[in-house]
Amino acid sequence: MALIDMLAALEAAPFAVAIAESPWLFPAIEVIHVIAIVLVVGSIAMLDLRLLGVSRRDQGVIELANETLPWTWGAFGLALCSGLLMFASAATRYFDNIPFRVKMLLLLLAGINMAIFHLSAYRSVHHWNNQLPTPGAARIAGTMSLTFWVGVVFFGRWIGFV
Amino acid sequence: MANMAAWADRLAATPVSLAIQSHEWVIPTIQSIHILAIAAVMSSIAMLNLRLAGLIGHHQSVRDMAHRFLPWLWRALPVLLITGCLMIVGEPARELLNPFFWYKMTMLLAVVLLTLPLQRMIEDRPFREHDAGKRQLIRLIALFSLMLWLAIVFCGRWIAYA
Repeated sequence: MALIDMLAALEAAPFAVAIAESPWLFPAIEVIHVIAIVLVVGSIAMLDLRLLGVSRRDQGVIELANETLPWTWGAFGLALCSGLLMFASAATRYFDNIPFRVKMLLLLLAGINMAIFHLSAYRSVHHWNNQLPTPGAARIAGTMSLTFWVGVVFFGRWIGFV
Repeated sequence: MANMAAWADRLAATPVSLAIQSHEWVIPTIQSIHILAIAAVMSSIAMLNLRLAGLIGHHQSVRDMAHRFLPWLWRALPVLLITGCLMIVGEPARELLNPFFWYKMTMLLAVVLLTLPLQRMIEDRPFREHDAGKRQLIRLIALFSLMLWLAIVFCGRWIAYA
């Protein structure tokens, strides 16, 4: 079965039809999505700005990460679920939506950036936990992360305008 | 409401409004900046107010957290006001004739008026040194303002559907 057929089948699923046809379900899910996204972006930005040495300089990177990551992952789970529900309600249309595709690409890049950071610079974080300025690798990871997530918000908002 | 409609029409005919209306990218860009500022507010307020309510982060002092998070609220608010005003100028009828816009503004005023005394009580003395009644009051204001912020986001998104 081709991808486009799978998307059509998803769109025809009873829950997807219910979301598409209800006057309030889609907006309600979108509200949850917005709340989840602002918490994801806000909590990630706190850590990114710390990696850049811009804010929360009195806190160690490890301590701050322990504080923010539960928020990031909890909110990300909520954003993912609400996002999937919205996607299902018009799967074929979103698949053809350029801002939607760019947003997915940016999410992927944000994930890759985070994975690389965790497998490289973050492994030795005990050595630079309180060091200022922070190591170059941490600053690069923080800058890229901020860029990708700001992009996710911009292109996410753009999905509704094309 | 008739007066407001006339006012919205006049605003829509101003050069600034016409300029915003004639460029498709302006509104989504302003909205994206608005959402980024909301991310700063919501992530800061969620973490601080849940701490004030006694629900998270017991190892950190309320004052330290307030010093970390409240400046983000006061920095983000002007950004929200400027981008918000630009959205009103760009699409006056969409905002000014919408009940959810006015619910949002009312709750925004309420939450700012609640946050100022809350901030003063926190600055006044360490949380533990407040008497039991005052501590209870702080917890209640913190939870109530967090709910107001969530309701503000809800109304903000609902403007697009009402």
